Amino acid sequence: MNKRIYYGLYGLIVILLVLPFVVPNNFYLDLAVRMAINAIIVIGLNLLIGFAGQISLGHAGFLGIGAYASAVLPMHFGWHPVTAMLTGALASALLAALVAKPIFKLKGHYLAMATLGLGIIINIALRNEAQWTGGPDGMPVLPMALFGFEIGSDRQWYWVVAALLVLTVWGSLNLIDSPFGRALRALHGSEVASQVVGVNVARYKVSIFVLSAFSASIMGSISAHYIGFISPNFADFFHSIELVTMVVIGGMASVYGSIVGAVLLTALPQALATFEGWETVAFGAILMLCMIFMPRGLVPTLAARFSKGDDK
Amino acid sequence: MLAEFLQFLFSGITVGATYALAALGFTLIYNASHVINFAQGEFIMLGGMLAVLFAQMGLPLPAVLLLAVLVPAVVGVLVEKLAIEPVKGAETVTLIIITIGASLVIRGLVQVWLGKNTFSLPAFSGDEPIHVLGATLLPQSLWVLGITALVVVALWYFFNRTLQGKAMLATSVNRLAAELVGINTSWVLFMSFAMSAALGALGGILITPITMTSYDVGIMLGLKGFVAAVVGGLGNGLGAVVGGLLVGILEAMGAGYISSAYKDAIPFVLILLILFFMPRGLFGGKSTDRV
Repeated sequence: MNKRIYYGLYGLIVILLVLPFVVPNNFYLDLAVRMAINAIIVIGLNLLIGFAGQISLGHAGFLGIGAYASAVLPMHFGWHPVTAMLTGALASALLAALVAKPIFKLKGHYLAMATLGLGIIINIALRNEAQWTGGPDGMPVLPMALFGFEIGSDRQWYWVVAALLVLTVWGSLNLIDSPFGRALRALHGSEVASQVVGVNVARYKVSIFVLSAFSASIMGSISAHYIGFISPNFADFFHSIELVTMVVIGGMASVYGSIVGAVLLTALPQALATFEGWETVAFGAILMLCMIFMPRGLVPTLAARFSKGDDK
Repeated sequence: MLAEFLQFLFSGITVGATYALAALGFTLIYNASHVINFAQGEFIMLGGMLAVLFAQMGLPLPAVLLLAVLVPAVVGVLVEKLAIEPVKGAETVTLIIITIGASLVIRGLVQVWLGKNTFSLPAFSGDEPIHVLGATLLPQSLWVLGITALVVVALWYFFNRTLQGKAMLATSVNRLAAELVGINTSWVLFMSFAMSAALGALGGILITPITMTSYDVGIMLGLKGFVAAVVGGLGNGLGAVVGGLLVGILEAMGAGYISSAYKDAIPFVLILLILFFMPRGLFGGKSTDRV
């Protein structure tokens, strides 16, 4: 394996270790936690979009399943938060497998359509089943407790999420370099060619989709516990789009790009808050400009510029 | 019993006609460029909102119709010229994000300009309902269906009987071959965005007297139009029309007989079922890949 790819990981660890000691106040720590949560989701989604070449326009639906499993099961049924989180993740994975199996035999935009539909159905159900979910107003989420130790403060959450981010990056880098990852890249290049050399195209696509749904669901649970409150907006179409945008702006098929995309797009609404009323226009314009001038995303475009002709 | 059924059927067909126009818009752009234009819904919204605006200015109905179709068409062309053409050949996801960016810009501008209120437009020829076998039919529904039917016939004529239409079809089948026989494919792209925006806007204007409009109606209408296009088999014009009507009718039936709270979920349940059991849509042909 190209050892240089790990330099980024070491850099990330250093930044994550130093960050909580240099941020001026809790506002920025909170922002950092949300950036890290998004980064983990986006890395999972990027495995699907960037490496396997498939689009999910309903990923917020899986976030929603995880978040609401963590909210509803402990609140109404007295489940332990960890059991609730895992149940949510398993349900998401199962649903993903169920939806993906027939669809991955098709090519083109059909997964986009199916995931979009799935996400919207989940969102509408969350809004309508008010006796469980609190409807459009949302519901509070009980705190997460591990081994009798309650994770409460922003700082504690920061360390949990930072550790998860490092694990995710390390895991993804290894996954990409494994036979599994090579198969994924091959089928993005040419499905027919990879089939000819014996790659079971449909199975690989289903596995990566299920994996990304599982990871999104876990992060949905963690967000819910972290924020302590959850509403259906968390699972809506716009949130799904935001996640895909993070993947594309950061750079497809780039793990570090996913982090950059997540960091930028989590910070952007804060920066745009000063535009009062023009936020939507500004957000849309920035999306378009990024894509027009850097269609491959920030990190791959910059990497190509700095290494001129170097192969990575 | 029959009256109730007819009532749902009428409202379903009326809304379905709007979905059909939106689905035709998706189909046109998809055929010309393989882009799924997520800004399609915003053209529906733009048509309705502009019609309200021009009507309030006191313009006569034909002028309102014409302007509220032309302006979105120009916006569609601008989106194509400024945002789609510069990135020709980019990955599908990139193009999807660009159209989503465009839709946010359009929606945001309308929100800043006209506000977040809900607007309505007076019906074209009065609100006196027509009674049919115990059900009522609004005259506006007849306008919606009549104009949609005219548009469909005109499109059929355009694509089957005119050189320009055939050039567009040829480009959708094979862009390179079309270029080789001298078809100006960037003109085709230009025309598809103009036509598709105009179709969406027309649907938006026609339905506004019945459903009202506001800056954010485009998202759902657009997504349902996309569902309709896929139901009929993406890229198939007849499929788009049938898909639109089918989605509209099933939605109205589901809202009436099953649950009105889940009305918006029905098109999406339908599309999942169709993808599972008829993966190419109702009218999609078998496709073979050349390697």
